[in-house]
Amino acid sequence: MAHFIAWRLLATLLLLFIVSLLVFWACEILPGDVAQVALGQYATPENVKALRIEMGLNQPPLQRYLQWLVGAVQGDWGRSLVTKSPVSGLLSERVANTALLAGITTLIAVPLAIALGVVMAMWNGRALDRGASIVILALSATPEFLLATLLVLLFAVNLGWLPAVAYLSTGSGLGQTARALLLPTASLVVVVTAQIARMTRAILGNILTQAYIEMAILKGVPGRRVVARHALRNAVGPIANVVALNTAYLVSGIVVVETIFAYPGLARLMIDSVQSRDLPVVQACAMIFCATYVLLILLADVMARVFDPRSLPQRPMDAI
Amino acid sequence: MSGTGADDTILAVDHLSIASMAGTTVLDAVSLQVRRGEVLALIGASGSGKTTLALAALGHLRPGLVTTGGSVRLDGTDMLKAPQAVLNRMRGQTASYIAQSAAAAFNPRIRLGDQVIESALLHRSQTPDQARARARELFSYISLPTPDRIGTRFPYQVSGGQLQRFMIAMGMQEEPLLLVCDEPTSALDVTTQVEVMRLLKQVIADNQTAALFVSHDLAVVAQIATRIAVMRAGRIVEIGETRQIIESPREDYTRELIAACQHLSLGALAQKPPRAAQGAAKALTVAGLTAGYGKVAGGVPQIPTLHGVDLQVGKGEIVAVIGESGSGKTTLARVIAGLHAPALGTVTLNGEMLAGLDAQRTAAQRRRVQLAVQMADTALNPKHRLRRILGRVLFFFHGLKGAAAEARMRELLAMVSLPAHYLDRYPTEISGGEKQRVNLARALAAEPEILICDEITSALDTIVAGQIVALVKRLRDELGLTIIFISHDLATVASIADRVTVLRHGRVVEAGESAAVLSAPTDPYTRLLVASVPELRQGWLEDAAAMRAALATQLEASRPDAA
Repeated sequence: MAHFIAWRLLATLLLLFIVSLLVFWACEILPGDVAQVALGQYATPENVKALRIEMGLNQPPLQRYLQWLVGAVQGDWGRSLVTKSPVSGLLSERVANTALLAGITTLIAVPLAIALGVVMAMWNGRALDRGASIVILALSATPEFLLATLLVLLFAVNLGWLPAVAYLSTGSGLGQTARALLLPTASLVVVVTAQIARMTRAILGNILTQAYIEMAILKGVPGRRVVARHALRNAVGPIANVVALNTAYLVSGIVVVETIFAYPGLARLMIDSVQSRDLPVVQACAMIFCATYVLLILLADVMARVFDPRSLPQRPMDAI
Repeated sequence: MSGTGADDTILAVDHLSIASMAGTTVLDAVSLQVRRGEVLALIGASGSGKTTLALAALGHLRPGLVTTGGSVRLDGTDMLKAPQAVLNRMRGQTASYIAQSAAAAFNPRIRLGDQVIESALLHRSQTPDQARARARELFSYISLPTPDRIGTRFPYQVSGGQLQRFMIAMGMQEEPLLLVCDEPTSALDVTTQVEVMRLLKQVIADNQTAALFVSHDLAVVAQIATRIAVMRAGRIVEIGETRQIIESPREDYTRELIAACQHLSLGALAQKPPRAAQGAAKALTVAGLTAGYGKVAGGVPQIPTLHGVDLQVGKGEIVAVIGESGSGKTTLARVIAGLHAPALGTVTLNGEMLAGLDAQRTAAQRRRVQLAVQMADTALNPKHRLRRILGRVLFFFHGLKGAAAEARMRELLAMVSLPAHYLDRYPTEISGGEKQRVNLARALAAEPEILICDEITSALDTIVAGQIVALVKRLRDELGLTIIFISHDLATVASIADRVTVLRHGRVVEAGESAAVLSAPTDPYTRLLVASVPELRQGWLEDAAAMRAALATQLEASRPDAA
């Protein structure tokens, strides 16, 4: 197991290196020029040129890439071209916000979704399963911005119970933070739960048709125990992967929800930075997103292996 | 059986009818009784409803089935009306189930010992210590190696035969009154089958257990059953004492089953006219073939499956390659077909050396060697009509299109005795035997010189398998095909092959005229194989087990990996 994790971590590093090259290259070919954007439409070519030199944009790309890479490895992501402050400072606040939202959503959505999926798989084809399937299919097909907008309309505008924006100010109390997070969390929980529940039902439904499940039933094992003891442990691998993908999505893909609630998260930071051609920030965000995906998938694969006896260290035959 | 009082009845099925939700009848007013210590065999082709009946004895209906009448009483309890909790208590304790494929019926992620004792612990019929002690006792009784520790293994760590023994141990853990065995040996090799059957018979006799024994193989059933019920299309055609059924069957269908069984027995060899000796013309020569998996170092792969195999096939000959699972027969087929690169050795077709891999062979060479695989089910794309399946081959090798292709496709279907309107069918709309015919037609579409048949009958019922074998023989006679017939089933081989090559652990142990090899085998392994082919004769099982014991030491000495 340790061997497996070490190998995968090594592969992850290699992957991140390749991604860093791609990200840097993508930023290079991005149309537009940060100096031009910063100085506005009416800047003279001389001013733009001076600013480019000041920003170091006149150096060859390879040199800039190496400087950036060496800095990034040491935790120094450079300075924002727009605010002139260190990128790492800018990031730390956003990372914390995103981790908070993604963390709470995951904690609520994953157990809820798996429980739903299990219940639907057990009641396969019956009214409960069919009803839940339709609702969940509808919810997973609903765009999250629509859902979020409807929630805001209902709870913030019409009822006035909750704030419409979820701006987190430092020093705000726990209650206030909770109120601010309630609506964005709710919309994300709905979307993510629908996805994971559907997949769980499909994965488990497939396992429940296996011969060893029928054998367990014919041994007199009660239904709930058949699912809990015989089916679920065979479903851990695929379910862990679905959960990992959805969690990674919560970190990097929820820009629409962040925008609607004016939530200061990472995804929005990245989009804003792309618009203002603030490439150091874009690069840092891209690397964080990629690392999140890779590490979560690694975690899922480790989970899958823990539950697979074939990956246990090969014991000498018959030793206990 | 004497003293058949009413109290003796353990299972009573009374006018049981079961239908699918779509309305098709699966069981039609079936009645039968099983008494204490009695083994009742249910025999019939697939789709005859025998498994549905066996599962109903445990109060279980597969999804999509409903009872439409009648009752099943197990030890006095109505299994179709009993609440789930009662069923759960009785399953394992009053009646237990032995599934067909132990490999699929054991949970891959739970230790075998834990699966064996699970019911007993759930029923609280044994304490954990008692249950473990009982399991160890059973493991040793059914001769599993290291019985005290083998329970800690996972299913993937034991062989197929051992898994089937675990299944028997699991069934006997709580000493039930009735064992429901669903084809318990049909997924096993013949030599393993003998051992597992002997064990089952012994377990049943020693414990005075009753059994409901489902099988499609009359010869297997004849060894173990007190009574036999012949099933067809959801009805019991005939039921009677084993001897009566085998020696004086009353119904035509029973006679047909017995005939199919005898047709596929080694006895057929005696009547087989020897084929006219072939000329020296060799259609295919395989020389010194070594192949396997993993890195090849010095001509030997890391995990070798074939060691220097030689095979010669004359024009128009049927040469059988026999051996048990893992003997390398399928690898041999794949190497000849160019699907698996050999590490050493050559394949020569009419004096023309063939490249190791398909991609390096010319289109003409590929056309001349065709492979028909075991699972027609998975080899035919379920989303393509037969017209497209056959048409693709015709276009690919012969450039045929339109009316010419259509005419040829009709011809091909006629060759394998299928009606022309089947061209518009999907593989899911035809039976297993018909799928195997289409599979053969597809191979024939290429107009090959060599046809490799890899276990093409092993997924089929006896009667259907007999028809496919007859078809293959006819194709050889009519088209002058050269056929390599790969099988683990000696009875089938005996009825079709001119010459036989016996593989064991990837080595040829014996080769020659099939009549000579199969009627007077010289190699101990071939003798074991021949002795393991089930015969209808009662008492055969004991003879085969004795033969196996006698040959065991000899075979152990000749194990290549022991040397």
